[in-house]
Amino acid sequence: MSPMILNTIEVILNGLMAGVMYALVALGFVLIFKASGIFNYAQGVMALFAALTLVGFQTGQVPFSHLINVVFGTNYHHWSSGINSFLAILLTMLVMVGLAWLVERVVLRHLVNQEQIILFMATIGLAFFMEGLGDLMWGANIKVLDVGLPSGGSFWWEDVTREWASEGSEYYGMYIDVLDVWAAGIAIVLVIALTIFSQYTKTGRALRAVADDHQAALTVGISLRTIWVVVWSIAGFVALVAGIMWGSKSGIQFSLSLIALKALPVLILGGFTSIPGAIIGGLIIGVGEKLFEFGIGPLIGGATENWFAYVLALIFLMFRPQGLFGDKIIERV
Amino acid sequence: MFYRESGDFKSSYAADQQTFPIKFDRIAIYAFVAFLFLVVPFFINDYWEKSIILPVLVWSLAALGLNILTGYCGQVSLGTGGFMAVGAYASYKLTTSFPEMNMFLVIIMSGGITALVGIVFGLPSLRIKGFYLAVATLAAQFFLVWLFNKVPWFYNYSASGMITVPERTVFGVAVTGSNAPPWATYLFCLIFVVVFALIARNLTRGRLGRSWMAIRDMDIAAEIIGVAPLSAKLSAFAISSFYIGLSGALFFSIYLGAAEPTEAFGIDKSFLVLFMIIIGGLGSIFGSFIGAAFMFLLPVLFKNIMVGGFGWPTDMVQHLIFMLVGGLIMFFLIVEPHGLAQLWRVTKEKLRLWPFPH
Amino acid sequence: MNTAQNTGDALLSLKNISLSFGGVKALTDISFDILKGEIRAIIGPNGAGKSSMLNVINGFYHPQQGEVWFNGSLRGPLKPHEIARQGIARTFQNIALFKGMSTLDNLMTGRITKMNTNIFWQAIWKGKAEKEELEHREKVEHIIDFLEIQAIRKTPVGRLPYGLQKRVELGRALAAESKLLLLDEPMAGMNVEEKEDMCRFVLDVHEEFGTTIALIEHDMGVVMDIADRVVVLDYGKKIGDGYPDDVRADQNVIDAYLGVSHD
Repeated sequence: MSPMILNTIEVILNGLMAGVMYALVALGFVLIFKASGIFNYAQGVMALFAALTLVGFQTGQVPFSHLINVVFGTNYHHWSSGINSFLAILLTMLVMVGLAWLVERVVLRHLVNQEQIILFMATIGLAFFMEGLGDLMWGANIKVLDVGLPSGGSFWWEDVTREWASEGSEYYGMYIDVLDVWAAGIAIVLVIALTIFSQYTKTGRALRAVADDHQAALTVGISLRTIWVVVWSIAGFVALVAGIMWGSKSGIQFSLSLIALKALPVLILGGFTSIPGAIIGGLIIGVGEKLFEFGIGPLIGGATENWFAYVLALIFLMFRPQGLFGDKIIERV
Repeated sequence: MFYRESGDFKSSYAADQQTFPIKFDRIAIYAFVAFLFLVVPFFINDYWEKSIILPVLVWSLAALGLNILTGYCGQVSLGTGGFMAVGAYASYKLTTSFPEMNMFLVIIMSGGITALVGIVFGLPSLRIKGFYLAVATLAAQFFLVWLFNKVPWFYNYSASGMITVPERTVFGVAVTGSNAPPWATYLFCLIFVVVFALIARNLTRGRLGRSWMAIRDMDIAAEIIGVAPLSAKLSAFAISSFYIGLSGALFFSIYLGAAEPTEAFGIDKSFLVLFMIIIGGLGSIFGSFIGAAFMFLLPVLFKNIMVGGFGWPTDMVQHLIFMLVGGLIMFFLIVEPHGLAQLWRVTKEKLRLWPFPH
Repeated sequence: MNTAQNTGDALLSLKNISLSFGGVKALTDISFDILKGEIRAIIGPNGAGKSSMLNVINGFYHPQQGEVWFNGSLRGPLKPHEIARQGIARTFQNIALFKGMSTLDNLMTGRITKMNTNIFWQAIWKGKAEKEELEHREKVEHIIDFLEIQAIRKTPVGRLPYGLQKRVELGRALAAESKLLLLDEPMAGMNVEEKEDMCRFVLDVHEEFGTTIALIEHDMGVVMDIADRVVVLDYGKKIGDGYPDDVRADQNVIDAYLGVSHD
């Protein structure tokens, strides 16, 4: 094979890996949208918040230490030299559940029956709030997250692919980050787990019932409020997983929530209610933007990843407003 | 007790549908505008101009623009920052390419150019709605900012990639550049704001405004009773973008003087303006103004108190402001979706009955 | 009470209309006409396709087969707002008012097809736009008087009770001064008193303006009282058409409403 083809394959592979990341965030959107009809803009910030909290626990930071020190003139920073990653993940999950409960209690409960667009704007407010909260709790400096996942390029893959190059050509093998492979694996496990959960558990069935028809679910005795807390908790869990992946890859920083914005075009492609759609949409966007940047980017100045996903979604919407997997919309009066 | 409408009867439909039907309001607002034009220019100084009055005026125009699209026509846009950038770069190209062109004309033409861009990005609204559209407008935001970053023609091939406004005069007085006196830049912006607020009121009270609101409230019924969705939506996009373009042009050429697209017109600006109209009041011209003033001044006030007063670190106060703003948005959407404008109306109702509330 | 204003000319003729969604047939091969100046009722059990029929008439649905003749000419595939402009107005089964707007603005919106000052004049307001606005305000005020809704002129319609909303919706359709007025269950969910009021309004409109009316209604008493002719639909097919008394005696119609015993 010529190096050109191999390079293209490498770009596609990297695109797939990036797509997995987008899909992870998109998954959280889909879960919440299906169960409550809320388009949760804050999903990306939830990932950021979860990652920040995880690092905070891992390194034994005192929450709000900055604020406390300023107000009381004290000098707290850490309450311990750090705790086990696994324990930290558990604690973070607890925080995410608590957050889900608070969101339902303080915000969602009061917005029942509002128009979707109002709910959407409320979650934008939520995103701002959580961003400020996360930074205030744990500090805004860029943090390194390491939960023990392997990372770095795979030498084995580099050697294998070098063999593929045609004789005499200068090709040094493909670069694939092991972390990305892990992320893909974890994402697959996550999706399978979620599917099993929603198919074979009582809560899972209740979730699907609510997703299908709120009113009908209420009449058979399903508590909407409990379901919402459960769903937001699961979404919090998905956010935590996404946060760990993103954080291990590129450090925890504000730009994380901007990258997470790309989950929105992913959803437009995949449809808002389809889990497979979210994954396929994520992969399409991931591969699409990497290929576009690789092939056309250099001709027009580069950095096309900033907008490619959105423009693709926009063009797509013009022709198929219902998404890849949605049914044709029949309007009624 | 003096705030009364009794005895203020209307004997014609024209009098009934005027902008300020209550006499007291009318007099108050005329007095206020006279104050803005005749008194403020003599007392305005550099600090007030740069850190309070100009930004509030400029953001008011942007909020007016977005309110036409979102508040009146019901189409949520997250592309405001991108459209402001179009206005800014249009004014930059116009002032540098045609040095003789009158500044008023430059700003208005910048608005016109932005309106054209707005129409292009408004086309998807014919097929998609709600947050689908909101996501589609993100394309405008990211694509436009990228464009102004990457295409050197837009920034006249300057080495830094920044755009800097040259000095231009109106009636012999500089209004752009560092030599412009505060009163001149202030009056220049004020004229735009007052004139276009009036125009916004006129557009929203008549046929066009009603067709927007009909689309907002129930698009299918609107079409069936005879509102053409194409022209209603596209005109909303065009006029909204026109206002946002004006605001972007003023923001750059009068207020900032120099700008770089990612910094000045990022997506945070889109959210800022959206928050202004949510808090001020969706579908209210008055609300656009108080929303803009509130959202701009609140952080300034907060910073002054906490950083200046208590000596807290700036970055921490910034985080607190984020929480405050996010909290306020949720609070308003839950408690008063019609924003400060509605609170004001309710207060006026109460005031009218005072001191006998029953 | 047949107000004999029928001139014999058909204002609207539907010829062999068939409409389906995916595989579901909503209307099958339906033909009937509405004469100038008559009150034509469309009745039938739930799901018979009555509302789909109205949606075809005002162009919201486009039938796969069949022709619509309006005002003497074959109608092309127009958009609903273009059809509104030709002179068809309607009300909706589930009230479709503009909830954020006042009663007055809702009615003024009903006249939107008759207003045409351009953006420039609208921006200036003084002059053409204001003049036009005031002319139409006069007309709308006439309807407000007619429907006795003066007191709620400036109330946002979202706050009005159901019966009044129905009345405002009728007002909005009247404001269009259309040739053909489509009323989709104007009396659904009303008590006897409100129904009587509504009947009176419909008949007054018919007499005062000579408007041709097509209405869907479930209350047979009302239909038999005010309709000139009745068409009966069931499962998307026409099963009866004629004068109220004939339709009432028609065996097919009775079967459709009461069910047939198959033994």
